[in-house]
Amino acid sequence: MATIDDGMREGVAAPLPKPYKPPVVAPGHTPGTVTDKISSVVLRRTPKWWYVGFGLSFMLLMLFLFSVTYLFAKGVGIWGINQPVGWGFDIINFVWWIGIGHAGTLISAILLLLRQEWRTSINRFAEAMTLFAVACAGMYPVLHLGRPWLAYWLFPYPNTMGMWPQFRSPLIWDVFAVSTYATVSALFWYVGLIPDLATLRDRARNRVMKVVYGFGAMGWRGSAAHWHNYETAYLLLAGLATPLVISVHTVVSFDFAVGQVPGWHATIFPPYFVAGAIYAGFAMVLTLAIPLRAAFNLEDFITTRHLQNMAKVMLATGLIVVYGYMAEIFFGWYSGNLYERFMLMNRATGPYQWHWFALLLCNAVVPQLLWFRRFRTSPFWLFLISMVVSVGMWLERFIIIVTSLHRDFLPSSWGLYKGTFWDWSTFIGTMGLFLSLIFLFIRFLPMISIFEMRTIVPAAGNTSEGSEYTTAPEQEPGIPTNPPTNPGAVP
Amino acid sequence: MNDSKGKCGAEASPQAGPVQLDLAELRETLRQKRGPEVWRSLEELAETPEFEELLHREFPRQASELTLAGVDGVSRRGFLQLAGASLALAGLTGCTKQPREAIVPYVKQPEYIIPGRPLFFATALTHMGYAQGVLAESHMGRPTKIEGNPEHPANLGATDVFAQAAVLTLYDPERSQSLLHNGRIATWGAFVADLGNRLRALQGLGGEGVRILTGNVTSPTFAAQMRDLLTRFPGARWHQWESAGNHHGRAAAQSAFGQPLETRYDFNAARVVVAIDSDVLTMGPGNVRYQRDFARNRRVRKDNLQMSRLYAVESVPTNTGTLADHRLPLPPAEVEAFTLALAQAVGAVPGGGDVLTDARARTFVQAIAQDLRANAGASIVAADEYASPAVQVLVHAINQALGNSGRTVFHTAPVEAQPMDQVASMRQLVADMNAGRVELLLMLGGVNPVYTAPADLNFAQALQKVPLRAHHGLFEDETSEYCHWHVPAAHELESWGDARSFDGTVSVIQPLIQPLYNGKTGHEIVAALFASRADANSYELVREHWQTLLVAGSGSTFEEAWRKVLHDGVVPATQLPPTGASVNGGAVQQAASQITASLQQARSQGNPQGNKITLRLRPDPTVWDGSLAQNVWLQELPKPLTKLTWDNALMIGPAAAERLGIAHEETVEVSWNGRKVQAAAWVQPGMAEGAAALSLGYGRRRAGRATGLGFNAYELRTSQALWNLAGAEIRGLGGRFDFASTQNHHVLPQGKRHSGMAADGKGEIPLAGSEAERRHLVMTRTVEEFRRDPETIKKSREEPEPDESLYPRWKYNGHAWGMAIDLNVCTGCSSCVIACQSENNIPVVGKEQVRRGREMHWIRVDRYYAGDMDDPRIHNQPIPCMHCEQAPCEVVCPVAATAHSDEGLNDMVYNRCVGTRYCSNNCPYKVRRFNFFRYSDKDTPVLAMLQNPDVTVRMRGVMEKCTYCVQRIEQAKIESKVDGKPIPPNSLQSACQQACPTQAIVFGDINDPEWEVTKWKSDPLNYGLLEMLNTRPRTTYLAKITNPNPALPDPNAAAGEERTQHGHD
Repeated sequence: MATIDDGMREGVAAPLPKPYKPPVVAPGHTPGTVTDKISSVVLRRTPKWWYVGFGLSFMLLMLFLFSVTYLFAKGVGIWGINQPVGWGFDIINFVWWIGIGHAGTLISAILLLLRQEWRTSINRFAEAMTLFAVACAGMYPVLHLGRPWLAYWLFPYPNTMGMWPQFRSPLIWDVFAVSTYATVSALFWYVGLIPDLATLRDRARNRVMKVVYGFGAMGWRGSAAHWHNYETAYLLLAGLATPLVISVHTVVSFDFAVGQVPGWHATIFPPYFVAGAIYAGFAMVLTLAIPLRAAFNLEDFITTRHLQNMAKVMLATGLIVVYGYMAEIFFGWYSGNLYERFMLMNRATGPYQWHWFALLLCNAVVPQLLWFRRFRTSPFWLFLISMVVSVGMWLERFIIIVTSLHRDFLPSSWGLYKGTFWDWSTFIGTMGLFLSLIFLFIRFLPMISIFEMRTIVPAAGNTSEGSEYTTAPEQEPGIPTNPPTNPGAVP
Repeated sequence: MNDSKGKCGAEASPQAGPVQLDLAELRETLRQKRGPEVWRSLEELAETPEFEELLHREFPRQASELTLAGVDGVSRRGFLQLAGASLALAGLTGCTKQPREAIVPYVKQPEYIIPGRPLFFATALTHMGYAQGVLAESHMGRPTKIEGNPEHPANLGATDVFAQAAVLTLYDPERSQSLLHNGRIATWGAFVADLGNRLRALQGLGGEGVRILTGNVTSPTFAAQMRDLLTRFPGARWHQWESAGNHHGRAAAQSAFGQPLETRYDFNAARVVVAIDSDVLTMGPGNVRYQRDFARNRRVRKDNLQMSRLYAVESVPTNTGTLADHRLPLPPAEVEAFTLALAQAVGAVPGGGDVLTDARARTFVQAIAQDLRANAGASIVAADEYASPAVQVLVHAINQALGNSGRTVFHTAPVEAQPMDQVASMRQLVADMNAGRVELLLMLGGVNPVYTAPADLNFAQALQKVPLRAHHGLFEDETSEYCHWHVPAAHELESWGDARSFDGTVSVIQPLIQPLYNGKTGHEIVAALFASRADANSYELVREHWQTLLVAGSGSTFEEAWRKVLHDGVVPATQLPPTGASVNGGAVQQAASQITASLQQARSQGNPQGNKITLRLRPDPTVWDGSLAQNVWLQELPKPLTKLTWDNALMIGPAAAERLGIAHEETVEVSWNGRKVQAAAWVQPGMAEGAAALSLGYGRRRAGRATGLGFNAYELRTSQALWNLAGAEIRGLGGRFDFASTQNHHVLPQGKRHSGMAADGKGEIPLAGSEAERRHLVMTRTVEEFRRDPETIKKSREEPEPDESLYPRWKYNGHAWGMAIDLNVCTGCSSCVIACQSENNIPVVGKEQVRRGREMHWIRVDRYYAGDMDDPRIHNQPIPCMHCEQAPCEVVCPVAATAHSDEGLNDMVYNRCVGTRYCSNNCPYKVRRFNFFRYSDKDTPVLAMLQNPDVTVRMRGVMEKCTYCVQRIEQAKIESKVDGKPIPPNSLQSACQQACPTQAIVFGDINDPEWEVTKWKSDPLNYGLLEMLNTRPRTTYLAKITNPNPALPDPNAAAGEERTQHGHD
């Protein structure tokens, strides 16, 4: 860990007993300025670039709708999937998006439980990102069906056919894992939003917005009872979400590990997938945070320390992923299994060898730059590296799915796979959906948790890390419904 | 099918009733119909060919009644009345739209018809004029499936791909559906009148100028009609052109025996077989029977180690070659030299074997000659049509010298009714046409000379000089385009007729359905035009012909004999007896010197020579000479070895490709004697250096959906060189052609010149081959190894312990269905594939989808190469669903759409499938097939008639796969329940098993030791595919056993097949 960060400005309190850590909020902020700053993003006039960005994303979203309509009209044959390779972009993208969807809940829940206060500035939009990524991911299992109109057959529901799903299938486990994760993530995100929605309700000048935010705030008045219930619920949800972060990708990895295709059938998959998911998730948080921070001048809240910390998490999980690759190669060789060995040789020398080398470059080589503080603290480099990691993680799923399937047991049935226009348009289309949702989110909801930020500004008397929740946010003048000044008081 | 279920006697549907349209009678019929019945009756009436024909006459000036009142006996007044009726019934004139019909129960139950139960009728289908006896399955009056007739000597119950696919041609929506005059719809009456007029004019001259062109004719009735015609019109001429017919063979027989005798083999009695450039096992009229007989001597089991030996010497790899114990690829000229050397070595030709320069070939000749002499009288040397007449003469001499003639090789009187030198006949016809001596040319039976005639004759050009030209065929084609008249032909499943099979046995062809499009048979046309019997139908004509012949000496009445013939599918005692003809020594001498001369010439030019190569033409293994091009089952059937669909390719060996600098799939220009054709190269392991091969039947200009597929080999084919184009030049054009192959899709390096694929072994096909070797997919042993250690296969099996599973084992108290496939006799002919397609309503997907790896066949024949690229061992392996005990597909299906039955079937529930494709990903055998789109054609009404009603027609988005023909299992179970008796052992056959000519597939109840399959499975040769996965496949294989000659180097060793080391590593 860095002890003194040259990039930080001076002016923090007297020498500390423990090693100095740069603050998570730039000095000079009061609860009032925090609220003003964050809520102004939502309440002031829409900047022009937002229209441009949203417009472009929305066009991609329309491309998605167009692709899906065509898909439903014609069938999954419009994609490049074929006989040996029954899954292609559909499941690659599913796993990719669901992996991205891991960072948000990890940041919110696990770091909350671990009392990492730096999470506060990034948890809100990381959670939103999670939710949107899971929405993108969740569509693929339905889209990829041959008969998508029967997708509900994957749910256990009483029916006249007397049929239950087949519980031995990992796809059924997926259904439960992903739907639970989506539900808990959404609840967690929404519960966390309630106090801020109340703030926005109170600050909104527009009648319509007042009503809309009012609905969303669910009658939040900031009473001590509210705060008490809120904190209990939030902690419980955090506790609930924490195992889910681990379980979802574990279950997703079962889709492959339970199969017997060489390249899928590996016990390393669950931890390797979870680490990969966090890796990809943090990469995506950085990819989003860095431009947002610049666009809204949020450098005070998303400080270099945040960037550094996220880079460190990326480096750590990236190393676990590399360990996974090495374990795969080692076991493939050590098992002496003909098919495993062929699979490994085929990845390195077969028709998809360049994908494999690109994967290694993206996921194993480039992230090693993060050992150096220069790269960790440079938003530009971090942005670049996190993009590379996102590409790398996509390639990883491509390698796992396509190269394993395209040459499995019988050489007579070998084939090749290539995404078609519709594969790409659907993929890019889901990016459009994701970005559209992100744009709507930053425009209409506070992308940084206002009330939580207030708890950590130094002016609130919060001088060190420690629980944000032992000290209640300071009362803010001029705003009627505020957190109570005395959090211990019982109403 | 077993016989109890089998055929039901009698005629399917004799065409009864008046054929000539009698207006008075029609009016009378109309008058008699009263009340609510009338509309239905009118529709029925409208369905009669006569009425529909009248409805076609929209324009009075085309109505022949006005001018030819005498012909049809219809007056002007009558015509006007009919015109009124046609207006009233204008809605019924559509010729493709089926009329709306109310469903009413039978008033009188037709004999034998039980809804839901099929009937089987014995009939015959012809290919190149030669008959194959078949049992056609009929559901409620519509034929749906072809099976072999077990009582017919030509096939003994099996079929080839052409017979299996015939039922699709019957329902082909692209069949020509109306009689055309100059491209406009016309009537039969007008056709008869127009040609009749011309004939009457020519009759005065004795019929001079009348020409009839047919393909091969073996039909006794048709031949009798033609003889009758030629006596009435002595000046008329009968020409024949069967483009892929027996031209060289006929010429060789003519020169060797002085008459065009037919050669027939008895593989039952053959201990040594030598195939010289010959696919004797899977091509030619007798192939189904030959495969059966050959397989009998190759079926090695623990208690039967006797096995015949097969040598193949060939320039183009064939199915026969894949089974050979020793296969020697030689350039075409060297194959001829080899034959000569062999003839010298066995003493058929004097001289001492210095013709061969290649040391390996010399060793082969010595070893083979020794083997042949040791088995004199019990061996067969066979050459194909595609070998030169000289080679075939030598082969006749070799067989005679070995004493095989009369024991294993028979020469019989010709099966063809009127054998002639068809090339000369065509030359004569074209010369006469050019000279203006042809007044009327009638082309019968789908003959398509504009496309198939030798290119040097310029048939199309000459044809235009004929004042009146008529074409009769199932399809409008290149020839019909040039004709004044086109008469749609009746398919063999809709018509009466007769034909001989390869051994002369006559079958009566009986229809299963009324002609769908009022097609006419050749019999009817000849009768109408030349015997003034416009109303004669082929039923009467065939019966008339047999009226006296059938009863002669039998003591039964004609009706009895006729019904028996129809029931059995064969006319008794019509097999042609062998003649004792002997080979003319002079002809042999001449053949020998001819070969020596051409060899000297070839060698003096150096071999291989620059960019020269010998191009071998062959009929296509699936679409034959192009006449089957419209059959999409055949188009999509992967061709043996190349596994190509929808195209032919210029096959060229790896060494030659390197010499000529041609890459796989590269577009090339082939030129020979100033003729040029563009094609694309397919680098084919096992092709001899110095040879290239291109199959006929593609590059059609006017063939419906087959138009423009592949490359037209006919453009190079001249009357001097039908099969062998020595000195052809191949030039790479650098482009890239997109082939659709079902195995190793896009796997050879493409588009790069000098790919070096063969040299560095990095090409994908060698990779696939060596991987297949390593994985023990096709286990091979020599019969000697098996004799030494009967457990040799068992030792290399990797079967896990029985209880190595998380899930409990299944218990089967009743049946347990299983299958075993004998790799030792599989020729790769692919009959099983089409049989399965027909039985199970499997759709075709088209070239583009095959290219994307989405073909739907439930059973496929995998092909593996082992060893050297230029001389590999080639293995065929049919792969249906394995119906695993512990099926990887079952556990991963989220909706339980694929489930284990209590009889061990891995059932597929289409209705429940949502299409996750997880099962297919997890299937190690990749036998599952997914409907990526809606492949089944549900919009073409006529194709609905094709479907097997016992099998679901699948929709898009569902997975499907081999079911072990579960509908047949259920049928058998129902029957056994009704009878109260267990299913008799071996009475139940899957479709693939039933079609298999070599009986390489057995299916049945493995819980019952009486079934053949149980015996096979207990044989030590039995093994499962990928057993170490613990899937416990129900489909198992019997290892491929070869019987190499110890005097020759072991081909297995040469191919690098490792024997001793087994297990994972």
